[in-house]
Amino acid sequence: MAQNYYQKEIETMPVEEIKKLQSEKLKKQVKHVYENVAYYRDLMDKKGVKPEDINGIEDLHKLPFLSKADLREAYPYGLLAKPLKDCVRIHSTSGTTGKRVVAFYTQNDVDLWEDCCARAIVAAGGTNEDVCQVAYGYGLFTGGAGLHGGSHKVGCLTLPMSSGFTERQIQFMNDLSATILCCTPSYAAYIAESLKEMGYTPDQIPLKAGIFGAEPWTEEMRRGIEKDLGIKAYDIYGLTETSGPGVAFECCEQTGMHVNEDHFLAEIIDPDTGEVLPEGEKGELVFTALDKEAFPLLRYRTRDICVLSRKKCSCGRTLIKMAKPMGRTDDMLIIRGVNVFPSQIETVLLNDGYQPNYQIIVDRVGNNDTFDINVEMNPEQFTDTVSGITALEKALANSMKVMLGINPAVHLVPPKSITRSEGKAVRVIDKRKLH
Amino acid sequence: MSLKQLTVFVQNHQGSLVAITDTLAKHNVNIRALSIADTEDFGILRLIVNDTALAGKTLAEEGYLLKTTDVVGVKIGDAPGKLSEALKVLDENHINMEYLYAFMTRTEKHAYMVMRVADNQKAEAALTGAGFHIITDSDVEKL
Repeated sequence: MAQNYYQKEIETMPVEEIKKLQSEKLKKQVKHVYENVAYYRDLMDKKGVKPEDINGIEDLHKLPFLSKADLREAYPYGLLAKPLKDCVRIHSTSGTTGKRVVAFYTQNDVDLWEDCCARAIVAAGGTNEDVCQVAYGYGLFTGGAGLHGGSHKVGCLTLPMSSGFTERQIQFMNDLSATILCCTPSYAAYIAESLKEMGYTPDQIPLKAGIFGAEPWTEEMRRGIEKDLGIKAYDIYGLTETSGPGVAFECCEQTGMHVNEDHFLAEIIDPDTGEVLPEGEKGELVFTALDKEAFPLLRYRTRDICVLSRKKCSCGRTLIKMAKPMGRTDDMLIIRGVNVFPSQIETVLLNDGYQPNYQIIVDRVGNNDTFDINVEMNPEQFTDTVSGITALEKALANSMKVMLGINPAVHLVPPKSITRSEGKAVRVIDKRKLH
Repeated sequence: MSLKQLTVFVQNHQGSLVAITDTLAKHNVNIRALSIADTEDFGILRLIVNDTALAGKTLAEEGYLLKTTDVVGVKIGDAPGKLSEALKVLDENHINMEYLYAFMTRTEKHAYMVMRVADNQKAEAALTGAGFHIITDSDVEKL
């Protein structure tokens, strides 16, 4: 298959040249951050690092890390590096109170981000003759906006569907002959199932490719979606903290995602010591945004466990590849595409007058996540009627929905009934086989 | 006047009910009547026993989630239509009922009905006024 690139010069640039480009950008970026972000300047001062100590990517390890905790502490403007008059947009993570991250964009930031998404679309075979159906959520979530912008840049006819309303998705897909579908893998699987139920066979579905991300998915799930929709399914990676989807994208080889290295410098570190690990070793993925103006995070710890590889790729791209993340260094769960932290569940329980004795059980039935929370009841809450207890469960499930953005099934259980191993309760049982 | 009912939270696990009845048997507690309300996840076991205090203490020590609930016990004639008569009294007095179960004894020609209603005192007064005999814990002990 002939290879198409959106920005060939960058995507196929010799590695030494990419590294040179990264070094130049890093020096400038560190200076920009040091001068404009007091929060990070303090971190650098505490470490005794000055912008002039950073002369290239070989000095990157001298810089302090940023973590989700820093983002929370600096919320909302603490890491902003440009005056608000230069910013044109925000996006925010799916997390809620206490975990929300707001990222700011200048027009240039939006442009470069859309370029990243355009590279992903072209790598999936997209051209200006394609009809690109964007079924990621639009709004604060980066998924819709990122792929929408990328689709425009490629020149696809863009269907800004947002997520949900599956019947309408299918109607537009067929009536306008959509050729590329962008959404979460679980939604793609749901659309595939709906099409099957409606009697469509893969050859009757106009799609040829899908770009699916924002949640973990397995190789088996990929093959299933590919078979059911009659397409090739490509993975895409990103996080709101660094811009959104398009930090890395998959090519026809489907053996990992090329990192857009001209904009994002990737490192793998030992999550315990912070030490940088050599290429090919498994560790925590860390990103430094080289071009972002408004919200330029340096050495941001993603908490994703990953491996980087410079192995030559048959697609011709020289950009380093990251493997599909193999897990997390923290306790974050991604359920139905939404980030869920056990600490959020604890907050809801305490707010609603429960003890934080609970157990989260996540499973995948078909291609859909199930989400159950067992909660130990307070003795004084116990009533002698079924309606009394189900009303308590409903009220608690509703509080959870408000906090998490997704609806769990809440089950009240007797006090001390949740299994404790070595005195510590097992908080999360994830039965999904995602890694 | 009131009758004490022991209400126990039961998880939907195999063997959870027998564990409760075994515990009661070991302490010589005699069950007079019982009812279970069940859902997919859990059950609520309601018990009338000869010694509510002892049964409650025993189960609490075993870690059961329980509660003592005041219910209304009524003696009704063991004949067709007698239950309806009692229920009509509640209906006429606009007393809402949550649940109801009944039991009989070997020696007496009566049935007993256990009710959880919105207002126990009002229900007891209405039933007494209509000629029904309300039973109490001491009646149950003697059964």
